[in-house]
Amino acid sequence: MKVVFERPKTLLEKPFTYCPGCHHGLAQRLIAEVIEELDIADRTIGVGPIGCSVYIYEFIDVDFVVGAHGRAPAIATGIKRSLPDRIVFSYQGDGDIAAIGTAEIIHAANRGELITAFFVNNAVFGMTGGQMAPTTLLGQKTKTTPLGRDPQVHGFPFRLGECLSVLEGSAYIARVALTRPQFIRQAKECIRKAFLTQMEGRGFSLVEILSPCPTNWGMSPKEAVDWLEEKMIPYFPLGELKVKGCDSREAP
Amino acid sequence: MPRARVVINREFCKGCALCTYACPRGILVISRDFNSRGYYPVMVTDEEHCAGCGFCAQVCPDVAIAVYRE
Repeated sequence: MKVVFERPKTLLEKPFTYCPGCHHGLAQRLIAEVIEELDIADRTIGVGPIGCSVYIYEFIDVDFVVGAHGRAPAIATGIKRSLPDRIVFSYQGDGDIAAIGTAEIIHAANRGELITAFFVNNAVFGMTGGQMAPTTLLGQKTKTTPLGRDPQVHGFPFRLGECLSVLEGSAYIARVALTRPQFIRQAKECIRKAFLTQMEGRGFSLVEILSPCPTNWGMSPKEAVDWLEEKMIPYFPLGELKVKGCDSREAP
Repeated sequence: MPRARVVINREFCKGCALCTYACPRGILVISRDFNSRGYYPVMVTDEEHCAGCGFCAQVCPDVAIAVYRE
């Protein structure tokens, strides 16, 4: 029989430790598939963050370093500069990349470092128990905003992708979701383009992946996926936000 | 003979049920027996009706499904 879908070999044969319905597993599978298809597993180094996303080192069969909270882009910069023939990527959640590590990611992008960052945005601090993140939507209830996020008090949700896309050094910025099969195919294409941007030396690349957090949103996995499509995608629009140094700029 | 085959890794599945909504034929359901980690994994009710589209495997966050087609 013809194979329609099988677990990629770069993804280690063990069960994910994430909550049911969390899209970290899906995001990591797509990264593993792209690494396998580009045949770069033996020269790829990943940099893990702090947060739920740190467990990526358990599942993808490439070398990993785990950085201090938010500092993954700085560590990735160091690895890439000392070993320029390697493919270096960071994989960070919104509490890591958009809160404590905002300075690192903005300056890594502005310097045009040849690294790829994957930003998993679930609009909440996952591992610490569901506190408000910079990406929490207005009106969204979290542990620290029990009446909903109020812009007068808590400010506005942070669009990191748009923020980085105006910088001169960034070459490829895209935002994707993984809620439907067609979105997943587009997401994989964006992840592939991000790696190619690095391999062709065009500059910094980032793919923001919208992910549900059923546990901290207090929803079932299906409700969380629906909430993401209904509430998050209008505020965090999907698509390629920036494609520099490439002729083929088509919608993902 | 079924045209397609869906292989579910019961130990990897956490019963999030996202595949049951993705399946256009509606042949995936949550089973009534739990696995060694205490989750209720999905099962295929009627493999004869499976078209082998692979949507269930695409949306599975635990990469617990493999799909084969004639």
